[in-house]
Amino acid sequence: MSATTARVIPGPPKDIGASQALGRSRARTNTIVKTLCIAATVIGLAFLASILVTLMIRGLGGLSITLFTTSTLPPGSHGGLLNAIIGSLIQTILGVAIGTPIGLMVGTYLAEYARGSAIGNAVRFVSDVLLSAPSILIGLFVYQIVVSPFGGFSGIAGCLALAVIVIPIVVRTTEDMLNLIPVTLREAVIGLGAPKWKMITLVCYRAAKEGIATGILLAVARVAGETAPLLFTSLGNLNWSLDLTKPMASLPVTIYQYAGSAFQDWVQLAWAGALLITVGVLAINIVARVLLRGGK
Amino acid sequence: MSTTTEQARTANGANVHLRAASTESSPRVLIQDLDFYYGTNQALKKVNLTLPDRRVTGMIGPSGCGKSTLLRVLNRMYDLYPGQRVEGQVMMDGQNIVDPGVDVNALRARIGMVFQKPTPFPMTIHENIAFGVKLHEKLSKSAMDERVEWSLTRAALWAEVKDRLHTSAMGLSGGQQQRLCIARTIAVRPEVILLDEPTSALDPISTLKIEELIDELKNDFTIAIVTHNMQQAARCADQVAFFYLGEMVEVAPAAEIFTAPKQKRTQEYVTGRFG
Repeated sequence: MSATTARVIPGPPKDIGASQALGRSRARTNTIVKTLCIAATVIGLAFLASILVTLMIRGLGGLSITLFTTSTLPPGSHGGLLNAIIGSLIQTILGVAIGTPIGLMVGTYLAEYARGSAIGNAVRFVSDVLLSAPSILIGLFVYQIVVSPFGGFSGIAGCLALAVIVIPIVVRTTEDMLNLIPVTLREAVIGLGAPKWKMITLVCYRAAKEGIATGILLAVARVAGETAPLLFTSLGNLNWSLDLTKPMASLPVTIYQYAGSAFQDWVQLAWAGALLITVGVLAINIVARVLLRGGK
Repeated sequence: MSTTTEQARTANGANVHLRAASTESSPRVLIQDLDFYYGTNQALKKVNLTLPDRRVTGMIGPSGCGKSTLLRVLNRMYDLYPGQRVEGQVMMDGQNIVDPGVDVNALRARIGMVFQKPTPFPMTIHENIAFGVKLHEKLSKSAMDERVEWSLTRAALWAEVKDRLHTSAMGLSGGQQQRLCIARTIAVRPEVILLDEPTSALDPISTLKIEELIDELKNDFTIAIVTHNMQQAARCADQVAFFYLGEMVEVAPAAEIFTAPKQKRTQEYVTGRFG
C-alpha cells in the first residue's frame, strides 16, 4: 500500500434507508410548498385579470371619437375627455421634465461623488423615504408651499407635485445603473487622461442609458396614474384650459370625480378614462422592459 | 537616438538581434525608492527600476507581488482611491510625476495604460479612438480621421475594422477589443505605454497578435508590461524585473533573468519552484 492511500480515512458507514426516507420527506415538503406558491400566484393573477377584464368590458363601450375630440360637458350632452387627456399629458410631461434633471443629478452625486460618505447615505435615505411616501402627503406639501401662498389651484402646482414623485424614482434607478458600471471601464476612461466629469457625462451615462431611460419611463408610468397629489394642486377643471396658472383637468382626477357620480354617461366616461390610463401605463411599462432587456 | 535603433527601425523585424544591446538605451522613467501603501498595507517596498527609452520592460512575479501596483503608480491611477499613497520618486524628464502638484490628466496623456480586460467604450469604433484624442487636442475632422486610421493601423486592427468604423465597438471580438484599447491609447500619442496583463483574457492567436504588436510599438514607445506568462516576458521584453512581496528583487536583460538569474528567489520563481 502506498503512502497516499494509507492516509485516506474511511467515513462513517452510510445508512441508505435513512437517506432515502429523508429524500422522500423533502420531496413531500417540496410538493406542498410548490402547490401553495402556485395557488398564491393564481389568486393574485385572478384579481388582476378580473380588474383588466372588467375595465375592458366597461371601458371599451365608452371609447369613441368624441372621447378624444370633446371636453367634459354637463351630464346628458355627450362630452368627451379631451381636456382631461391633454391636461394629464401636460402635467405628466412637465412633471417628468422638472423632476428628471434633479433626479439625475442627485443619482449621479450619490453614485459618483458620495459613495460611502455620511452625507451621501443621508441623501439616499431621505430619497428612499420619499419614494415610499404616500402621494397625498406630497399633494399637501405642494399645497402648502405653492397653492396656498400663490392664491389658488393651478396646473403648475400639479406639475410640481408630480415632479416631487418623479425625483426619488429617477434618483434610485440612476444611482443603481451607474453603480453597475464596472470599475475597469471607469479606470480605462480616467487612464486616457479624462477628468471625472467627462467620464461621467461621456461614458458612464452612455453605458447606463438604457437603465436610466427605463427609470424615467417608470416614473412617467407612475405619475400618469397619480390622483391624490393632483387633488390638492391642479384640482381638476371641467372646462377646456391650457393655462398653467389655472386649475387643470387630468384623467385620474376626472375618473375620481365621475366614477362616483349619479349620471350614467359620466360613469361611462370614467371607465373609458380608466381604460386609457391603464393601456397607456401598460404600454410605457412594456417599452421600459424592452429597453432594459436591450441594454443587457 | 543611437544608430542601432535607427537600424532596428529600418530593418523591420530584424531588431531581435539587437536585444543584447537593448539595455544601453537612455532611461525614460526612473523609479527611485518607491514605497506604496493601500491604507496601512505596504504593497511596494523601496522599489528602484529604470524604464529604458523605447524598450520593453517585463514585470513578473507571483500574484500580489506589487507589479500591477507599480503600473498603477506610474499613471497615477491610485489617485482615484483615497487611502492609497506613495512615497519616493518617479522621475520623467526631470519631473517627479508622483508629486501631488502634477497635472494628472496631462500625465496620463503621456503615460497611457491598457488593462487586463478589454474595455471598449459604449460607442462606435471611431468614437472610441477619437475620445482620448479629443481630451487633449483639437483636430479637424479630416485630421481626426487620419489619426484614427493611423492608430488603428499601428494596432494592427485597421484592415479588420475599416469598413465598420461607425458601428459599435462592443461588437468586436475580445482580441479585437483589446487591440482597439491599444489603438485608443496610442492615438493620444503617449511616450510610455503600460500594459497590465494585456493578453490574460485572450486566446492564443489574439495573444500572438498583441505580442507582435508590442514588438513593433517599441520602435516609438517605451513599454512596461506586467505578465504572469514567463514565455511572454521572454518573447516580448528586453529587460525583465522580478517582483516578490512588494520588492523588486532583480532586473536584468530577458535572456539573463531566465537563464542565469543572480538571485536565488528569481531562480526559484522562473524555474517554477513557487508562484
